[in-house]
Amino acid sequence: MRHTRNVKLNVHHLTRVEGHGNIVVDVEKGRIRECRWEIPEAPRFFEAMVRGRMWYELHHITSRICGICSIAHTLTSVRATEAAMEIAVSPQTERLRKLAKHAENLQSHILHVGYLVLPDLMHVGSVVPLAASHRKELLTVIRIHRLSNEMSALVCGRTTHPQRIVPGGFTRLPARKELEGLKGRLEDCMADLQAVVDLVVSLASNFPSFERETEYIALVHPTEYPFCDGRVGSTDGGSREASQYREVTNEYVVPHSTAKHARHNRESYMVGALARFNVNQERLSPCAAAAAGAFGLKAVNCNSFMNNAAQLVECVHSVEDSIRLIDEILADGLRDEKFEVKPGAGRGVGVIEAPRGILFHEYEYDREGRCVNANCVIPTNQNHGNIQRDLEALLQTVLDRSDGEIELAMEMLVRAYDPCISCSTHYLDVTFER
Amino acid sequence: MKPKVAFFDFAGCEGDQLQVVNLEEELLDLLERVELVSFREAMKEHSDMYDIAFVEGSITRESDEARLREIRENAKLLVAIGACATIGGLNALKNVQDLEEVKKYVYGEDAGGIETCPTRPVDAVVKVDAYVHGCPIDRGELMEVVKALLLGKKPQIPNHPVCVECKMAENVCVFEKGQFCMGPVTRAGCGAACIAEGSICWGCRGFVDDPNTEAAEDVLRKYGLDLREIMNKFRLYTACSEHI
Repeated sequence: MRHTRNVKLNVHHLTRVEGHGNIVVDVEKGRIRECRWEIPEAPRFFEAMVRGRMWYELHHITSRICGICSIAHTLTSVRATEAAMEIAVSPQTERLRKLAKHAENLQSHILHVGYLVLPDLMHVGSVVPLAASHRKELLTVIRIHRLSNEMSALVCGRTTHPQRIVPGGFTRLPARKELEGLKGRLEDCMADLQAVVDLVVSLASNFPSFERETEYIALVHPTEYPFCDGRVGSTDGGSREASQYREVTNEYVVPHSTAKHARHNRESYMVGALARFNVNQERLSPCAAAAAGAFGLKAVNCNSFMNNAAQLVECVHSVEDSIRLIDEILADGLRDEKFEVKPGAGRGVGVIEAPRGILFHEYEYDREGRCVNANCVIPTNQNHGNIQRDLEALLQTVLDRSDGEIELAMEMLVRAYDPCISCSTHYLDVTFER
Repeated sequence: MKPKVAFFDFAGCEGDQLQVVNLEEELLDLLERVELVSFREAMKEHSDMYDIAFVEGSITRESDEARLREIRENAKLLVAIGACATIGGLNALKNVQDLEEVKKYVYGEDAGGIETCPTRPVDAVVKVDAYVHGCPIDRGELMEVVKALLLGKKPQIPNHPVCVECKMAENVCVFEKGQFCMGPVTRAGCGAACIAEGSICWGCRGFVDDPNTEAAEDVLRKYGLDLREIMNKFRLYTACSEHI
């Protein structure tokens, strides 16, 4: 049966992902003729558009690369500008930025697992029917999502496209009382998160058992499970400074995609929650480590579907670590810090772990602080090559199933990466003058 | 019967559809009153039978025009949401550059196969019945527009400058701090949200209908500012505007 099987799939605009992607499969008499992950997204050319713009506009513009991870883009952008102009920021700013990052990580991950992945595990087409069939569970997810958004607003001034984060510091600070209130709500949130972890653990057998060895790349740091700081590490060993990111990303062009692909030590690599977990497992917060235990997650885990589990583990970590950060900020006392940026010529790289993986921005400025060159390397961009190879490997293992089951497995695989496709299509490879 | 609602996106960051999800519990209440029939970002089901189409993103490819026209034909009402859809938005920054050079800068030698054209807002291609301005849209304003449409009314969108709301919010004027601001010529409705956070008005809601008469003239006079200078200086969101 298997050797005579014909399968034709054309998932034109995969649903429940950010942006537009297609899955094309053609199997003739059991032989795979085509298995392709296509990106037909409209390109937006951000790197070209920021040329000529002033340093104080760059983070505002590049934040718009992504509506879901706009905090990550803003942070990466201000860090690139700070690196280019040698601007130092205060410990308070560093802590508040980490809080902002945790808020976004929680928001993005709970949105993905709760609204986009859960329907697959519960055999429905979207979260809408769950409003009737699983209202209590859905309200728990919404409560966490609401808190993450309110946390972003409290720290950054808005949930999407934040306004307070600028090169050098914050234009406005949260009040002490607001942070104290937030801490209490984060403590309460731990029980909600535990309920979602329990729910997804109980449904985890619906994730296909699938393994394919690959390389995992994420930030590494001697003492932290890092999101905002560190070197670029790999499960294949070694690490590099962020400024050497091009030696990691090595992008190349593929014909069926407006997004480029990336490779490092192997033919492809993966970034995102599972990659961070695989590289940094031992530095998870205590409750996050327990959540990983509940999923039976152990580094190095090579099942891409478990990226969903790793996202939930990180939700717990982000909440627990935020409580610690708020304690530190309050113990030191919030100070209204004055900062001034003296624009100047230079080139700098910013790196941040966005929810979907490691993100790089590189800018070059002239003496007046006008942007001359820009490069942004997006997490999903780095994942496209790995998605393609995973799809090829997964297809081999599901050929004996029905067309519907094959389609669902392939869709779930891509969805597990939580791709952010509209971000990933403005990729470039410019040569900077050195 | 509940009105059927659909969401579509073109070139943009999908941050405005995210604001729909960010309605949180309120979204469940909304779903009691409308039937969601298409929302690619959140659901697998899809139907071409809908009453109200919400469109995010700007039109940057000729091939996207046909899809937008089809949406227009299917929908009784079409609502543009977010700056990319309502005024072209940041995507139009490329309109002031040489497009062939822009393609080459981003895609290098492989630029040949990349399709793009000058960025346009949705109403440059099809008729738009209502607008939800902003980058991103404000969830409260979105709900006001939805409620008005469900009641068969025309949504009320302010046509006075951000300066008016900024003064009511008692913010220190950005010009007073020696910075530049689009507030005097930008359509209000955001409550001067960015200025309240210590930033400036970037102009994401587009110009008031007739900036020549509607601009906050006392602000302009007080700081010796010229209307055209303000409108030309910051073309972040408004490169598609006829006023420039």
